[in-house]
Amino acid sequence: MKPFTIHNGQLAPLDRANVDTDAIIPKQFLKLIGRSGFGQYLFHDWRYLADGTPNPQFELNKPGHAGASILVTRNNFGCGSSREHAVWAVAQYGIRVIIAPWRQHHKDRLPGFADIFRNNCGKNGVLTIELSEAEVDRIFHAVHTQPGLQATVDLPQQTIVLHTTPEQTLRFEVDPGLKQYLLRGLDDIALTLEQEADITAFEQHHDVQCAGGR
Amino acid sequence: MAKTLYEKIWDRHVVKNLSDGWTLLYIDRQLVHEVTSAQAFDGLRLAGRTVRRPALTFATLDHNVPTDNQAVITDPIARAQIEALRRNCREFGVTLFDLGDANHGVVHIIGPELGLTLPGTTMVCGDSHTATHGAFGALAHGIGTSEVEHVLATQTLRQKKSRTFRVEFTGRLTPQVTSKDMILKLIGQIGAAGGTGYVMEYAGSAIRALSMEARMTICNMSIEAGARAGLIAPDETTFNYIAASDRPYAPRGAALEGALASWKMLTSDAEAAFDRTLTIEAAALAPQVTWGTSPGMVADITGRVPEPDQVAGYHKTDVENALAYMGLTPGTPLTAIKVQAVFIGSCTNGRIEDLRVAAAVLQGRRVAHGVRALIVPGSARVKAQAEAEGLDRIFKAAGAEWRHAGCSMCLAMNPDQLQPGERCAATSNRNFEGRQGKGGRTHLVSPAMAAAAAVAGHFVDIRTWN
Ligand code: SF4
Repeated sequence: MKPFTIHNGQLAPLDRANVDTDAIIPKQFLKLIGRSGFGQYLFHDWRYLADGTPNPQFELNKPGHAGASILVTRNNFGCGSSREHAVWAVAQYGIRVIIAPWRQHHKDRLPGFADIFRNNCGKNGVLTIELSEAEVDRIFHAVHTQPGLQATVDLPQQTIVLHTTPEQTLRFEVDPGLKQYLLRGLDDIALTLEQEADITAFEQHHDVQCAGGR
Repeated sequence: MAKTLYEKIWDRHVVKNLSDGWTLLYIDRQLVHEVTSAQAFDGLRLAGRTVRRPALTFATLDHNVPTDNQAVITDPIARAQIEALRRNCREFGVTLFDLGDANHGVVHIIGPELGLTLPGTTMVCGDSHTATHGAFGALAHGIGTSEVEHVLATQTLRQKKSRTFRVEFTGRLTPQVTSKDMILKLIGQIGAAGGTGYVMEYAGSAIRALSMEARMTICNMSIEAGARAGLIAPDETTFNYIAASDRPYAPRGAALEGALASWKMLTSDAEAAFDRTLTIEAAALAPQVTWGTSPGMVADITGRVPEPDQVAGYHKTDVENALAYMGLTPGTPLTAIKVQAVFIGSCTNGRIEDLRVAAAVLQGRRVAHGVRALIVPGSARVKAQAEAEGLDRIFKAAGAEWRHAGCSMCLAMNPDQLQPGERCAATSNRNFEGRQGKGGRTHLVSPAMAAAAAVAGHFVDIRTWN
């Protein structure tokens, strides 16, 4: 996996909540059995008109938003199916960072990202950043006022710098384990296989039928 | 220390605690299907790795297969994907329930049927509805393709513990209200992200009274509330289901006796602490119908399409977008919404009980003029059972189409799709934009509600409909 340290890129807004994986990569592209070529299908049904030409109304097709690598969106991004194709499409389109807000709903805090999607992002070197709604509103405001706005996402420092005048800096939290993983671009399976003796030892006394000790 | 059911299963599967709160967790069963596995097997091949425990890995073809004629796959891209899984299963020694096999079917339908789904086990599949198997007290959740490869290679997953959320359904359901309505109501209440980061445990007298089929419907849709896994503690209903004679992979004889002793300990301790709890009174529930493009956009059948600024948990613009896509006007009674299509099937409601309910509604009636109704059994076994009971004849006499097993119009990867603007009463689990075909409009309901809508041509309150 490609390590993630400091990323400098252009922001693009996608001002919608509950963007599901069916929208990120529609099912007709899930029949492909390779791991590449998904970028062109990202947000396909929103991004293209029926005749295959780009839909000028779609956010990422608007002037100043082409070529963006940092996506700012709304809560529960990536909900729905577990299809990793959604993350492959995001990554292969060129997006390396997605920013979404958590939301307060009654007494509960609703996360910015769906669980499996966020997990899949980690496996593909895409950084998911959760901020408060107020902070995300600030980013939306900045990018609406200044289409093509650049930002620097610094994983070691856990900061986002918006290159507005004057610059604005936001801090973010990240799971320490995931941070190390992204910084070093590790291969999960190789890492786990280092524990093979433990797995074998576990299997000696574990019964997979009643799922308890033998 | 008092433990929840989730913690008990977790503890039985810890291979090793890693740093930063991560754990290497053992996986007892992996289910595989054609859409999310090809890249994982390729990864293994590329790295020169093998499947660590092929005997714990089971595959089926369900997502992209046609349901009219399964002998010929006309779509060349779908065929290539199907062939890839066949090849991979042969090469890596994985059991495949192929098209035409008596045990073939939708992955989450066949796991329980075959006795692969057992209490206390950990199960994964590259599919978010893996939560279904939690109805047996199995810790089961969906994973992405990278993790599919990880489990194939190591039989483990790197996991962080989830928080726990207990939902108690008290009392009893009233007639014609089903477990589908219970889960839709819950999602409406907590929102489509209300369960994210949690493992749900469903409890209470209304849950205890449900059959295994009905319990599976609830756990299945846990992911629609954002939760990766849903659990129901196993009980006599569960044990009787597993002990049935036709579950070839379930333990038998002394092994079953031993397993039962272990399974009976699988309940949350009375003092166990949950991170969140909620109580819902089952007797107060009405049949549910979704009106929007997120499963949390749902209302009682007696209700109306809401005003955009009056939907808890959704921004006004998101509701406006949903209503525009769905072609609905605020204030419209849900019973006034006409449908052109009806889909009964999927891993949510494609089991034999669901088909019996649909048949009871359709018996002696006709599907309304201008409505096409598609009835798709969840597995070859369900199909055979339905035909043995004569349900297929009832469906055909009513003017509905009777198909072979597959995911079909639940995600419309095969030719079973809605036309743009077509409105469908569906027993599946997602009402996302385009889920059942580009431009298609999906309303999620129970099998009884779907069958009644097929006859009436619009939604009805099944409790008062004659
Ligand atoms: S029936 Fe639908 S939800 Fe279930 S596995 Fe198939 S596509 Fe997924």
